[in-house]
Amino acid sequence: MTPVTLRSIRYGRTFAAGEIPDLPVAQFREAVVRAFKRGAHLLALTGQPEQGGGARLLAVLAPGDGVVAAASTRVEKSFPSLTPDVPAAHLFEREIFEQLGVTPEGHPWLKPVRQPGGATPGMVDFYRVEGEEIHEVAVGPVHAGVIEPGHFRFQCQGEDVLHLEIALGYQHRGVERALAGGPNARTIHLMETLAGDTTVGHALAYCEILESLTGCRVPPRAQALRGIALELERLANHVGDLGALAGDVAFLPTASFCGRLRGDFLNMTALACGSRFGRNWIRPGGVAFDLEETRVAELQKRLDDVARNVAGALDLLLEPPSVLARFENTGAVQAEDAEAVGLCGVALRACGFEHDARQDFPSGIYRFAHLPPPAWHTGDVFARAYVRRLEVERSLAFIREQLAALPEGETLAVVEALPPDRVAVGCIEGWRGLICHVARTDADGRFAGYKVVDPSFRNWTGLALALRGTAISDFPLCNKSFNLSYCGFDL
Amino acid sequence: MVALGHVLLALVAAPLLPGLINRVKSVFAGRRGPPVLQLYFDLAKLLRKGAVYSRTTTWVFRTSPLVGVAAPLLALVLVPAGGAAALVAFPGDLLLMAYALALARFFLVLAALDTGSSFEGMGASREVAFSALAEPAFLLALAAMARQAHSPSLTDALGAPTALSDLGLLPLLLLVATALLLVLLVENARVPVDDPNTHLELTMIHEVLILDYSGPDLALALYGASLKLWLFSAILSDVLLAGLPGDVWLRGAAHLTGIIAIAGVVGVVESCMARLRMVRVPHLLIAAGAFALLALCVGVR
Repeated sequence: MTPVTLRSIRYGRTFAAGEIPDLPVAQFREAVVRAFKRGAHLLALTGQPEQGGGARLLAVLAPGDGVVAAASTRVEKSFPSLTPDVPAAHLFEREIFEQLGVTPEGHPWLKPVRQPGGATPGMVDFYRVEGEEIHEVAVGPVHAGVIEPGHFRFQCQGEDVLHLEIALGYQHRGVERALAGGPNARTIHLMETLAGDTTVGHALAYCEILESLTGCRVPPRAQALRGIALELERLANHVGDLGALAGDVAFLPTASFCGRLRGDFLNMTALACGSRFGRNWIRPGGVAFDLEETRVAELQKRLDDVARNVAGALDLLLEPPSVLARFENTGAVQAEDAEAVGLCGVALRACGFEHDARQDFPSGIYRFAHLPPPAWHTGDVFARAYVRRLEVERSLAFIREQLAALPEGETLAVVEALPPDRVAVGCIEGWRGLICHVARTDADGRFAGYKVVDPSFRNWTGLALALRGTAISDFPLCNKSFNLSYCGFDL
Repeated sequence: MVALGHVLLALVAAPLLPGLINRVKSVFAGRRGPPVLQLYFDLAKLLRKGAVYSRTTTWVFRTSPLVGVAAPLLALVLVPAGGAAALVAFPGDLLLMAYALALARFFLVLAALDTGSSFEGMGASREVAFSALAEPAFLLALAAMARQAHSPSLTDALGAPTALSDLGLLPLLLLVATALLLVLLVENARVPVDDPNTHLELTMIHEVLILDYSGPDLALALYGASLKLWLFSAILSDVLLAGLPGDVWLRGAAHLTGIIAIAGVVGVVESCMARLRMVRVPHLLIAAGAFALLALCVGVR
């Protein structure tokens, strides 16, 4: 048998549609499984309906740092599921099943992904544990706090959770369908609202796609400003999350204070672009708003103030024994599970893996400024808090460094029309983790398909795993330590 | 007269305590916080509203808030204040007080189960599990006081001259006070046992039990809880301060100061530490029981 290979390219280049190997289903499966077993990350597994029935599947993997590999296959009504060998594919396959009506045969838990409640006639219902002392707890979709809708189904024995199943999809808006046929005037706005707290991250991933397709060179000053925007978003969310973690264990001193500090970071973003969430700052080709000298100075002044307060607040949070007693050994995810189901970002680094798209797929300013990804090995709430805390430090240092030495020059380059029949991949390390966009252009240079993989799509499974054997009263704490997006998942 | 005055004062001023605790917490957190009188405003608002009842509930659900106010009231009548005798006193009244509180809890738990909600079922299970450990600690602490006063009545046990007149009693009183403070935190659903501010049903103990109440019923439940907090603070204040010299007014003022100071201490505890993991709560309660038992042994000596 001839060795089956994927087509690999450097990150930042694009595939011509014809150069992605079109393999028979069995070989496609073998190639993906082999790459995964060798440590490749599954960036995306997606499908397109084919004329005359059936579908074309496209697998995008990252076999090594800075390398993207792809393969495709044509399937009719069904195909052998990858999930038994590639657990990270499980949600992607359910998605393909839901969107294209193609059945992954042998999938261990086949049901729609975004259909609220998750059950259709003849389909599996929620996973159930049977027994005298087992009780089921249903939480949501309407929650006590002002948060997004999602349904959680716990199987409990007393206070201990045996299994948690998460059913989302209540906010499915059909964004990916709306993106097809683009890019147009709406596209960037759809990107900025994929997940409201990741405005900059998703906008940047989209820009990566357009810029790699057109070969656009982003001016150095814009690259630096983009880095500042992304890190400000990270800072605001990480600090807010750490405060929320404090609130969940009723540790008041930092709960309120971190909320205020989060506001300070959001206001810095607003100082730069007029929007606290960074809307309209990032644009294909560069950034829409430059920072003139007075605002650079103002930003530096505010950063100096906030940096001191942040260090104090976070030390106060992660030192008291009563807080550590709650964080440590709560909601631990095993490292091998984290890798197998394909977690990303903070949740993955909290299991000891130093994966970070800023290092693995460096683009823009991250090719020049290195931010070593912090990792911690315990996989529990403490690890997720601690990784955030270290990232806060590094992001602060990064922004101050960039502000002190902003390159001169333009901030926006022209983006040409898209070339026809190409496939591009954009990977950005958002504050939650790896944001991956995959776009395919048609013969007219329009998006024939646009796949968005929010980090939440990968990490919700991690939350379900973290809850196994954990007390149900610790669920809110675990949930907050992941702090995943519902709308980023639902799309 | 004085005893009646204390009971009336408790009825009027009890909703002040949660407000004081919240004020301490907000000062620690650097916030302005809600007004000290917020609970009065809430009660006034709730009393004007109608109540909503789930169709699965029965008379138990509607009775529970009334018992929740009546039982602490009964207990207050039995507790002396600042050295003045209680309104009603008889040998063995300390048992009546403890079980009046147990009756209120019994109804609270039954009413929670009555709603058929899985959240409230879990809350009921937690409430019962923790109170099974809190009750012995509470009774042992009272027994230690009764043993030292040679009288099975609360008026003697809590009203006798204490540490300020007899330094030899100090170890016993400190042990009892520690045990009672821990019991107070548990019984009144405060940090580090419960989090009165949380909105997360899965982590609640006390709050989840009253989740289905609305309008006047909720007002009663909140008012009953504040009475209970006043009651425990009053007992603790008695243990520490009952032996003060001076006339009725002076001792009464000291008693009140003690109650307010205890609210302050609760606020400081809530501001300085995180909530315990739920499986650790029994450890705290066993510690309280151990302190109380030790106090009893010290008293027997």
